[in-house]
Amino acid sequence: MTAWITGCLILLLKLGIVLVGLLLLAAYLVLAERKLLARLQIRLGPNRAGPLGLMQPLADAVKLLTKEDLAPAKADRLIFLLAPAVVAATALLIFAVVPFGQDWVIGGRRIPLVVADLNVGLLYALALSSIGVYGVALGGWSSNSKYALLGGIRGAAQMISYELSLGLALVPVVMLAGSFSLVEIVAAQSRYPFLLVQPLSFLIFFVSAVAETKRIPFDLPEAENELVAGYHTEYSGMRFGLFFLGEYVTMVVMGSLVAVFFLGGWRGPWLPPLVWFFLKVLGVVFFMIWMRGTLPRLRYDQLMHLGWKLLVPLALLNIVVTGAVLLLLRA
Amino acid sequence: MLINYLPILIYMLIAVGLLGVIVLLSELLGKKTHTVQKDIPYECGMDPIGDARSRYTVRFYIIAMFFIVFDIEAIFLYPWGVVFKPLGWFGLVEMGVFIAILAVGLAYVWGKGALEWE
Repeated sequence: MTAWITGCLILLLKLGIVLVGLLLLAAYLVLAERKLLARLQIRLGPNRAGPLGLMQPLADAVKLLTKEDLAPAKADRLIFLLAPAVVAATALLIFAVVPFGQDWVIGGRRIPLVVADLNVGLLYALALSSIGVYGVALGGWSSNSKYALLGGIRGAAQMISYELSLGLALVPVVMLAGSFSLVEIVAAQSRYPFLLVQPLSFLIFFVSAVAETKRIPFDLPEAENELVAGYHTEYSGMRFGLFFLGEYVTMVVMGSLVAVFFLGGWRGPWLPPLVWFFLKVLGVVFFMIWMRGTLPRLRYDQLMHLGWKLLVPLALLNIVVTGAVLLLLRA
Repeated sequence: MLINYLPILIYMLIAVGLLGVIVLLSELLGKKTHTVQKDIPYECGMDPIGDARSRYTVRFYIIAMFFIVFDIEAIFLYPWGVVFKPLGWFGLVEMGVFIAILAVGLAYVWGKGALEWE
């Protein structure tokens, strides 16, 4: 009985740490992005709130919380109010299957550093990232605003298009690891990360992941200079904040998925596993921010052509070639 | 094992609860005023012209249909990926045929010009 209670307490503690860590990371990622972008554009970036602007996320949170929460008169109220929470919740939930460190042994009790090691972890992650589309599409649709509707539709079409290449790029990873479990996939990379044997998959997955997070060069659903703010034009206060939070949590989650599938997860020499995991995630996220500071936005036809005419056929070809090479090597 | 999903359920409850608290806080802290101008959707300062739920290009609809077709077919690749090693060449050839059919479908759609955006 006491063992059961300690187990529950440890689980709750772990969940709390994961959630708070994820939210803090997302909050500080906003600051990091603003700082980095500023540097890339030879500006200073936010530096007023606290030393080096480190209190900026707190100031933003207070501001967002005390702003008025508006809904347009003709909006579909219930859906309008729920949509941002869908985006934020799905992003947070994907992280549940991501292993972020080696199992800890404390007092003879093994604590796996993953919320839940599902045997269908990969499918779970893909399914939830698909549900995230609903938040964008319904948020845009329910606002009853033209810009929001256009942004929502663009967002939905873009996300489902890249969902396909995102998923197909993972099939070779599943073939190599022989499992859907993210823990098993990390374990299968004990000798070398899959990046070395699947560079093409990595590239397809990374490009698709950036498109899924709707960031430059794939930020057409928001496209400030065409659509005001796209699907979240009508949102204000903390509901806008939830869309924002969702986007940055998605960045962290996509970074950790790239790390788990291609960079060997928490594995690495010398440093502790947890540190390695963070370094890899931050590396991927830094690259995303760097891309935003460097690349212009794609045109919509270029976006669709890249997805359907390049990434999907390449991913299909990659699956067949990977299969043949694997079998030839075994023979 | 359904017990494996228990942590996810608890995690989900906490996450959704946290989001609920955030929204509730903003509901309590934010001010509430309504004016007619404030409640109309944003259209660069003009009064909105016509209904917002206007018509949009059919291409988005076509893309959605393609997605359903191709994604359902792509789903079949995952279980095969897991048992790829035990199945060996037999599995690869079978799946090669399947992927070829998928590719023919994509080529057909491509050739019909359904992937073009002007």
